[in-house]
Amino acid sequence: MSTISETPAIGLTHGGSEDTGLGHRGPESKSIVVPYGFWLFVLSDMVLFSALFASYATLVHATDGGPATNQLFDRNLVAIETMALLLSSFVCGLAMITAKRKNMAWTQIWLVVTGLFGLVFLSIELFEFGKMIGEGAGPQRSAFLSAFFTLVGCHGAHVTAGLLWLGTMIAQIWAKGFRQDITRRLLCFSVFWHALDIIWVAIFTIVYLIGTLP
Amino acid sequence: MFGRLTLAAIPFDQPIPLITSLVVLLVIGGLAVWISKNKWWPYLWNEYITSTDHKRIGVMYIVLALVMLVRGFADGIMMRAQQAIAIGPSQGYLTPEHYNQIFTAHGTIMIFFVAMPFVIGFMNFVVPLQLGVRDVAFPTMNNVSFWLNASGALLVNLSLFLGEFARTGWLAFPPLSESQFSPGVGVDYYLVALQISGVGTVLTAVNFVTTILKTRAPGMSYLRMPVFCWTALASNLIMLAAFPVLTVALAQLMLDRYLGFHFFTNDGGGNSMLYMNLIWVWGHPEVYILVLPAFGIYSEVAATFSGKPLFGYRSMVFATLAICIISYMVWLHHFFTMGAGGDINAVFGIASMVIGIPTGVKIYNWLFTMYGGRVRFNVPVYYLIGFMLTFVVGGLTGVLLAIPPVDFVVHNSLFLVAHFHQVIIGGVVFALMAGYTYWFPKAFGFTLDERLGKAVFWCWFIGFHLAFIPSYLLGLWGATRRMQHIPDPSWAPFLAVELVGAAIIGLGIVLTVVQLLYSIKTRDQRRDITGDPWDGRTLEWLTLSPPPHYNFAVLPDVHGEEAYWTRKQTAIKEEKLIDEPHYQPIEMPINTPTGVIVAFFASVCGFAVIWYIWWLAIVGLIGAFAIFVWYAWRDEHEHIIPVEEVRANARERRRIRMEHLHSISQST
Amino acid sequence: MGAAEKTILINSTAIMLAIIIPTMIATVAFAWWFRRGNSKATYLPDWEYSGAIEMVVWAIPALTIMLLGGITWIGSHELEPSHALKSARPPLKVEVVSLDWKWLFIYPDQGIATVNQLVVPAGTPVSFRLTSATVWNAFFVPQMGTMIYTMPRMTTRLNLQANRQGTFEGLSSHFSGDGFPGMQFKVQSLPPDQFATWAQGARGQGLALDGRGYSELSKPSSYVKPMTYGAVAPGLFDAIVANRAPPSPVPAPQHNEPAPPAGV
Repeated sequence: MSTISETPAIGLTHGGSEDTGLGHRGPESKSIVVPYGFWLFVLSDMVLFSALFASYATLVHATDGGPATNQLFDRNLVAIETMALLLSSFVCGLAMITAKRKNMAWTQIWLVVTGLFGLVFLSIELFEFGKMIGEGAGPQRSAFLSAFFTLVGCHGAHVTAGLLWLGTMIAQIWAKGFRQDITRRLLCFSVFWHALDIIWVAIFTIVYLIGTLP
Repeated sequence: MFGRLTLAAIPFDQPIPLITSLVVLLVIGGLAVWISKNKWWPYLWNEYITSTDHKRIGVMYIVLALVMLVRGFADGIMMRAQQAIAIGPSQGYLTPEHYNQIFTAHGTIMIFFVAMPFVIGFMNFVVPLQLGVRDVAFPTMNNVSFWLNASGALLVNLSLFLGEFARTGWLAFPPLSESQFSPGVGVDYYLVALQISGVGTVLTAVNFVTTILKTRAPGMSYLRMPVFCWTALASNLIMLAAFPVLTVALAQLMLDRYLGFHFFTNDGGGNSMLYMNLIWVWGHPEVYILVLPAFGIYSEVAATFSGKPLFGYRSMVFATLAICIISYMVWLHHFFTMGAGGDINAVFGIASMVIGIPTGVKIYNWLFTMYGGRVRFNVPVYYLIGFMLTFVVGGLTGVLLAIPPVDFVVHNSLFLVAHFHQVIIGGVVFALMAGYTYWFPKAFGFTLDERLGKAVFWCWFIGFHLAFIPSYLLGLWGATRRMQHIPDPSWAPFLAVELVGAAIIGLGIVLTVVQLLYSIKTRDQRRDITGDPWDGRTLEWLTLSPPPHYNFAVLPDVHGEEAYWTRKQTAIKEEKLIDEPHYQPIEMPINTPTGVIVAFFASVCGFAVIWYIWWLAIVGLIGAFAIFVWYAWRDEHEHIIPVEEVRANARERRRIRMEHLHSISQST
Repeated sequence: MGAAEKTILINSTAIMLAIIIPTMIATVAFAWWFRRGNSKATYLPDWEYSGAIEMVVWAIPALTIMLLGGITWIGSHELEPSHALKSARPPLKVEVVSLDWKWLFIYPDQGIATVNQLVVPAGTPVSFRLTSATVWNAFFVPQMGTMIYTMPRMTTRLNLQANRQGTFEGLSSHFSGDGFPGMQFKVQSLPPDQFATWAQGARGQGLALDGRGYSELSKPSSYVKPMTYGAVAPGLFDAIVANRAPPSPVPAPQHNEPAPPAGV
């Protein structure tokens, strides 16, 4: 008799006939395996950002006579950016709750708002980048600026990819409803989105806060 | 329109690449015609190219590795020939520009497109079978991983026909690899190819860590897993944590080259030492990605062919995980001569030696696995013993290199080159050849010819020693690596011996092909009827050869270590198999063209980036995203194998097993 | 190579061989004795653990590594390249610059410079400061001892001493591009008074390593014949490190120079 309450992992048809004594019952179901795998991917992404942070820390003082951290960063703008991203994460959480209840309208609303806040974040970031480049503080100016634009820009690229993914999810949920595999993907998206928030907190602290200490 | 790609990119003025390109194109063309004439394209498409079956994907990885071995070896023997000739007044037959590409390609191909795919191919084929499950956790992603790796290999080889390859060494250190000193397309081929295949590798790591930790047969707790699965776990954990660092190092170099950033440049405050650190933080764990599964293969071979369980299983597990963790703490030993000072050098030197402790323990555990056994001298055991004799010397030279004052006089010398070839060939390649022989019958239903297999072993064993032992002496006498021209004529006899050694290895590779073709031709003489030709101890030998697509009719219950061995011994003693289980229909993932199409667009995008054809790069990216969305839109992910088919296959297996129950044992 | 390094290498090898050779013999011996056909050998089909053996096999490598670790700690400090050598004689200062693809040696106290030829007084410590004008290289004279990287915009330090008179081979031991094979240089170790005579004699003679001279020298070339400069612009080495050196009149080296003329 195959279980019907959860989609089993690939081809699990074991009837659980004997207790093998060590409590291990066979392959886990997809609802466990998929998010677990995605968490592993997120961990590898954290390692990626660690390497970028390491490069940044090595090069933060290599300004080649050009502008340094305390001349470049506008704390107010960064504060608004951060709020936008945090709110985006919060609203994403709301979307997950309504998705669990299979409420199409509210889920789509919260997902769209998630995307909008994400876009606000990206716009401010692009504006900041444009301003710096206009002032001659672009990534080609010095090693420090290369590291800054790459670290912060890589996070921004992840946000952009996330927004593309979000758009795809919005369309998919609309077209196909709350099918099990689609809700699993939504869960993975929310993990990704929250992980980006965590990384932003690190960037905000190490780059902007520490960089603008008096 | 075509960026910086012009007809001048074709090497009309360089006979060796030109002729090689023509030959390769002819061979590929010929193959395509032959396949078409036999109408094999649908078979290849359905059974391999779009397959999500871990066994098929494993075979594809190994085919890729073997093909690239030929290219990598050709580069190697060209280098040996040059060094044997270009001594004193002679400049040899290769200019520095050409020679420098050859040694760069040799290292890049051997590590990224021979060793990695070969090891990953084995993990693909074997791990789900040994865990008693039907496939890896993410079968479609598995397919994508393979094709991304293949895309990287394609781009590296494309550099032979169009443009040139990097001339910087296989790790492309800046500032030499920056645009100021390497303005051509070579380094860009290198960077783009590795970034694409690197994505595939990280996805493989996610897949296998999830599979091993979350999907195992009922009753298979961690300490009941075969050692090969433990080493696969360790290897994939390293992959997961190390490859992102490589991605960052290479991406930063790409940003320097493409957008004028200053990470590693000589001006703008760039820091080339940063690259050294990042690349080796990846580079050292990388070699453990290769060697840990190799150790796993030796563990399987030692136990099976001694007719005894592996000695010290828990010790082996602990040693594997210790190596996994310590491998991240030793990277500075690759640049002791950078001048970090006594304290730092000493700490990293000691850490590098400490990693020799669990490695030494493993050697002794294999030794004591044979002790009290009934050792059968099949080909895999030749490689096991060859490894135990060769690798320990490589380990000795490694510990020597870990002593900073010693490294100060042999860093970057032929002594170093001999060391790493000794551990890679003695450690990894021998294991791959052993695994190839050991698991070949499981994949294809017949064993390889033993005599030719032993001949191949001796070619590798003798060839390796002739090709590399003289280099230890040369290195101690001051010979450095990557020399297109040899200044000291007294080295000539040693280099000549090394060329002979390389030729013998080449003979071994040729014999491998001969062995394969001959074995296929005479396969009826060596059919693996029972599915257990070696009296195995792990679950892959429970199935027939080749296993059905879904591996097991019912996932086996695991009651202790060596799940299959205990079950087999019980069956032999009681003269009956376990009770027939309750069969059910089986859901298996469907085939998908996603992998090959994504890789196609990745190759297009990569090629475009290399040649500055920006519109084409965008087309490639859009294409890759589009296929991803198309895949995400599908509604059916699995197909059902009807219970009648499952039952029929299972009963056939039981019938054969019952009939041959006593002939399976080989130790008594 | 350096005598101290050689001693460490030989001792460490001997220690490890003492363990490895018996292991290799045991490998062959066990495999042969316990072969399937040998009825005299005991078959222990269930023997897979022994606490005593585990203790020993963990202990032997651990003890070996502890011993070698001690040698490593002491050796890494005693033979640290940047440490000055103990000597009654004051050290000779030499500044080393690796260019594409030759070696420049500046003797700041003597006011002269040489290319692809290093002249030193025997029995006298030489205190090197090293850098590179272009890409990484490594300064290496095998018969004198330790090598050290040369890196652009950075200074590394090395202290060596030629104990006897003679001519030694020097090379770059870090690949640096198409002209790399041509980076050999000769080291001449002279009696101290002969060294002083040579240095005084070279001063004021021949070419000057001023801005223009350095620009000329910076042009990519390989297998360069040894030459001597009778005058050196003061502070040239520091200028090179700080990236203030006169640039080469030709574009930065393309690293695709044709092969050097035959018969080098």
